[in-house]
Amino acid sequence: MVLHLTTENFEKEVLQSNVPVLVDFWATWCSPCLRVVPILEELDKEVAGLAKVGKLDVDAEYEIADQFGIMSIPTIVVFKNGKVHQSIIGVQSKATLRKLLEV
Amino acid sequence: MKKVIIIGYGPAGVTAAIYLKRTGIDSLVIGKDLGALDGYSDLVENYYGLQEPIEGNKLIQQGVDQAKKLGIQVITDSVISLKQSEMGFTVQTQHKTYEALSVLLATGKTRQTLNISGFTKFRGKGISMCATCDGYFYRRKKLAIIGCGAYMQHELEYLNRISSDVTVFTHGNELTCEVQNTVIKDIVLSFKGDEKITHIVTDKGEYPIDGVFIALGVPSSVDFASQLGVIVEKNNISVDENYQTNIEGLFAAGDIIGGKLQIAKSVYDGMQAADSIYSYLKNKSKKA
Repeated sequence: MVLHLTTENFEKEVLQSNVPVLVDFWATWCSPCLRVVPILEELDKEVAGLAKVGKLDVDAEYEIADQFGIMSIPTIVVFKNGKVHQSIIGVQSKATLRKLLEV
Repeated sequence: MKKVIIIGYGPAGVTAAIYLKRTGIDSLVIGKDLGALDGYSDLVENYYGLQEPIEGNKLIQQGVDQAKKLGIQVITDSVISLKQSEMGFTVQTQHKTYEALSVLLATGKTRQTLNISGFTKFRGKGISMCATCDGYFYRRKKLAIIGCGAYMQHELEYLNRISSDVTVFTHGNELTCEVQNTVIKDIVLSFKGDEKITHIVTDKGEYPIDGVFIALGVPSSVDFASQLGVIVEKNNISVDENYQTNIEGLFAAGDIIGGKLQIAKSVYDGMQAADSIYSYLKNKSKKA
């Protein structure tokens, strides 16, 4: 399942994760963002056990979005060992996202 | 309601229209100009059947005339936005709005990108290509929009709702639409800042700014496809084996899907895309 990330669980689920975590910064009113959802769901199944996939609503959880300087959505960020590993702006294919995760 | 709107009247678009016509499907073809081959100094001589080399724009014009002769509706206009609607898609041009069940993007690629220093560095750090996606981050901020025509006006309408301080930079161009905002006609030389953008530098001075939205010229299909959520990779629109994007009913063919930037390849794409659009429409009418 694609994780629903919030200010409360971000530290535990993302920053303290033992596996890479791909986070999709999105919002309900951003129409391209809605296209990312089915891609994330497929990716999540594919990388089960190797990595985690989650999404964070920049509107509801603006503290986290601000902390990572998100100013354009959709932005996809891969976290490794509690740090930003790489990020990319715009809707991407599943293959590209998988490459970002490097798993 | 049109069955198909084809955006672009180069080799891919016109070929698709011709093949669709042969299956009994009428399409509306909207093109803005003669494309990448217009003003191309070398003659086209590597395309099948050309006994004598021909100027690019002449070849494209002949394609347009061929389509018209077959009774296909071809118009010259600039598409400024593409949106999904209940039945399919809404295509807004500079002059009119159309509805269609399916859309084929075949606009080709302009061979130029925005060549302003700092553009890549601040993309997503103060520079945005999509007002409706990113406007939220810039509420009540000091904003600039770079552009001079209908596309800029379309994006500006949205920005004016989220901030009362939006300046239009025409980048040396004449304004071709009416706006109430402050207009600066300087040529933009670079974008400046540290982590985030802080200034626009022009040939006449520096302007402090929190965010810059780019809406220069006429949007490419990559621009309006990405605003819709189409997968775009390395500036190419991603399509499946049926030339369909990740949005049902939205197809793409020719230079914009990548591969060889050649007429022969675009013609092939157009023919294949027409087949897929035909099947798509047939299935859709069965379901209805």
